[in-house]
Amino acid sequence: MVGIGHPEIFPLVFTTRTQEIFNCRVDEDVTEENCFKLIKKDDIIQDLKTRAAISDFHPVKNIVLEYPGEELLIVFDANFQYGQNFYLVASEEAKENFLKPPETAEKMDSEEEKEETPEVCAYKPPVSKPWVSLGSEKEVEEESVKERVKKIKYMFSQGQRKFGAPISFTDRNASHVKDSYVECTSYQDKTFSIKVLEKHVGVQMVPKVREAGTQTQWTYPKNATTQYFPRQLSNEEKEEILSSEKLKQFLTSVCLRMEIALQQNEIMNAFSDDWKALEDDMSSPDGKSDICLKTYQTFTDLHYLKDKSISCICWHPTIYGIIAESATKQPSKEERTKLQHDSVIIFWSFFDPIHPQLILECLDDIYCFQFSPSDPNVIAGGCFSGQVVLWDISQYEEKLQNAKSVAVGMKKTVVNMNNVSVLSLLENDDMSELLFTEDDESDKGQILVRHCTSSSIHHSHEKRITDIHWLPDYFEVNRMGETFENRAGICVQLVTCSPDSLILFWDIRDTKLPTKHSSEKVKEENSFNMLPEVSDTSNDPDLIWKPLMKLSLCDSGEENNVKCSPTKISLQEQHYHYKITDKEQSLHKSQVHIKESPYAQMSISSKKTMNVLENISNNFFVGTELLFLILLPFPQILGYPVLQERLPMYIRIREAVLAIKKKDGEIIYSDWEMKTSSNEEKIASNKYTIHKEAVNTVQRSPFFKDIILSVGGWNFAIWKEGVTNGPILQSNCTVQRYTAGHWSLTRPGVFYIATDDGNIDIWDLLKETHKPSHSQNISKSAITCISPRVASPKQQFLAVSDDSGVLHVLEIRRTLSHPSSNEQANILNYFEKRVQCLKNLKKDQEFEIRENGNGAGDTDGTNN
Amino acid sequence: MAETEETLKRIQAHKGVVATMVVNAEGIPIRTTLDNSTTVHYAGLLHQLTMKARSTVRDIDPQNDLTFLRIRSKKHEIMVAPDKEYLLIVIQNPSE
Repeated sequence: MVGIGHPEIFPLVFTTRTQEIFNCRVDEDVTEENCFKLIKKDDIIQDLKTRAAISDFHPVKNIVLEYPGEELLIVFDANFQYGQNFYLVASEEAKENFLKPPETAEKMDSEEEKEETPEVCAYKPPVSKPWVSLGSEKEVEEESVKERVKKIKYMFSQGQRKFGAPISFTDRNASHVKDSYVECTSYQDKTFSIKVLEKHVGVQMVPKVREAGTQTQWTYPKNATTQYFPRQLSNEEKEEILSSEKLKQFLTSVCLRMEIALQQNEIMNAFSDDWKALEDDMSSPDGKSDICLKTYQTFTDLHYLKDKSISCICWHPTIYGIIAESATKQPSKEERTKLQHDSVIIFWSFFDPIHPQLILECLDDIYCFQFSPSDPNVIAGGCFSGQVVLWDISQYEEKLQNAKSVAVGMKKTVVNMNNVSVLSLLENDDMSELLFTEDDESDKGQILVRHCTSSSIHHSHEKRITDIHWLPDYFEVNRMGETFENRAGICVQLVTCSPDSLILFWDIRDTKLPTKHSSEKVKEENSFNMLPEVSDTSNDPDLIWKPLMKLSLCDSGEENNVKCSPTKISLQEQHYHYKITDKEQSLHKSQVHIKESPYAQMSISSKKTMNVLENISNNFFVGTELLFLILLPFPQILGYPVLQERLPMYIRIREAVLAIKKKDGEIIYSDWEMKTSSNEEKIASNKYTIHKEAVNTVQRSPFFKDIILSVGGWNFAIWKEGVTNGPILQSNCTVQRYTAGHWSLTRPGVFYIATDDGNIDIWDLLKETHKPSHSQNISKSAITCISPRVASPKQQFLAVSDDSGVLHVLEIRRTLSHPSSNEQANILNYFEKRVQCLKNLKKDQEFEIRENGNGAGDTDGTNN
Repeated sequence: MAETEETLKRIQAHKGVVATMVVNAEGIPIRTTLDNSTTVHYAGLLHQLTMKARSTVRDIDPQNDLTFLRIRSKKHEIMVAPDKEYLLIVIQNPSE
């Protein structure tokens, strides 16, 4: 109620009623300009009494009552300066101030304005005047705060004694005592969150390494097109094209060029290298190297081969480096004991020159043996006693093949020792008895294998077997002597010859037992597919191996029935290794009349011999000149029935042993033919006495079917079939005996001759025909056997055995083994020339004979 | 037809000729004296070789063209006579 700053100003609110009463209605009586109103005090008091509490003057009732003056000023406060629309001025002086000063001020202002313009007021520094109180100290006093109550003062202090006392500080963990400290832990006030509007963060620019990979469409190479078989035109299209005009024109235009080119080639070979051709034809000059045969290895064994001579050498047909030799007592020693424990066939391997790989034991001295061509594990040998012996080394085959890796010092395993008592076979025609002795001493690494089959002594030859051959695997002979195609395809038959002028045919299959076998190794089911395993029949008394067929060779023209003693057989077809495919013809039997004879059943007990009557000629086997024998039983035949000259079989005649012989060294050239009628026929066989001594080799050339080499005595001769005058080539007699001979396997014009002083003569017909092209001494004693072998296209060996039990293996130099171009043609030419020469000579001789009128001359062909 | 036969026979009858073949422009044999697989083999290879030889010749001199191709090997000589549409191939053993 107290006016602000002014004690005498009291704001009042006048209601409309009040305003009507006092005639101070807003905007009618009292305006903004005319804002003063004087109201009598008495009116106010009157109003106060009438309206008491609701009077607007009620708040200022006291002031009104105490107002000294008569009239009170009420000012209209249009601007609400003091808070209400009217205010009361409470004092006279103020009232007067209000009323007057504004007038005066206005006046003064107006006066001053009039006065100021003309003249500038002089500045008067303010003069301090004494302060006049206008009532403000009252306000200040009201507002100020004064203490009403006197404060109580307290003073605390420690006791005197505690001052200056020594102090000891200790540590105290605040957390030990509860409530010793107060902490204000932070907590997350959920209600309060500060949004970070600004943050100070350190930033560093670093280069970022980024690894990125990308994959492109990698197309692997794919075949765009595939062609499985070549395009071809159909027959109609071909026909059409062939008959088209375009082709004709093409051919006419092209033909000329082509023919020119063809003719050029025919005329001469523009690219032929004369230098090279020269080298081929020319062999190395003499003196370049004297050694054509390089010693490769030498085999000898002190135990078995002491004082022995080697009678036969055979190379193993399939395994490289295995060679077998048979040892016999030296011929000078006359005394022979029946029991020969040491008659062996020794297998040597190139890789082990000291220890024999395998030793085959036998009843008796083996004079000749052969590997079976179809199964190299079967070996057939001919003994001194005339028996044929078979070995089966299938179980040792692997050993032979692994001869390289055979270590020295294997256990000696003696399979069986065969103790033979030939005399004890009188009772039963059995195989030789066996004595089982198992020798457990194993020192050496040799394996002794006994034979598994041997022929019955009674049915064998009477003399020693001098030659044994396997018949080729494409035909066989039956008991009737007819040839058939060998269905089994394996070699099952043997032919042997002996000086008792018998030729025997044997069949392996006879050794097989029909039902039971004593040996474990026999396989019954393989009778047709492979060589029937040679069964171990020694134990079985039931089996007797008899020859299939016997053939007797009788010398013709001899009254006392001198029998020829064949010592070597040369079967023509052995040299050719082609199969006969013409089955029809092979089944065609010969047109033989089978005569009745006691031999139809082939009972062996009878000793009558049969004669060869037939052979298979070209009719049976087309394209091959086969020599074969068909046996027909004939009770008595004195000679060889021969009708025409056809395919001959050469037999070597050896005369020295039998005393009945008249001629020595005969070569019988005879023809064995189909017999169409019975009985005696004259033989138109020719005998040639070329060799002064026994002929020890008769061999066909591996290149020419009709060229035969015969070696004997002091010379050798080359024969050609069909040429009956004599040999087409005959060598001069030399100082040394010739003991063996062999054609070279690869060169048509080369052959090897062995002498009895240990030399090997190499004859090359293209070079010189009157003397050997090369001669080399191999050993000191006489050479008994030569056997060449082609071990590989680059390596050729010559195995030479001598009388002292040593086996030499020589390597043949390449020039000797490699044929030059055209060699075969050249040799053929040479032989033809020789034949021609011989014919001319014969003509001349006949002419001479006729001229001279002499008797028949000798038909010795003694020209060179 | 008879003429072509006669010509081919004449060529085949030359000394040393091993085989004769007529091949069309795509290398498909038309007429041959060998067995099928060998013929196809020869035809394919020689056709490509002839194309190559011809392109070689023409590349060097476009006015030029291949007339004859002879391949001499150790064992025999192969002669190819090309044409626009056909090839004549003859294999001959050179004289010894």
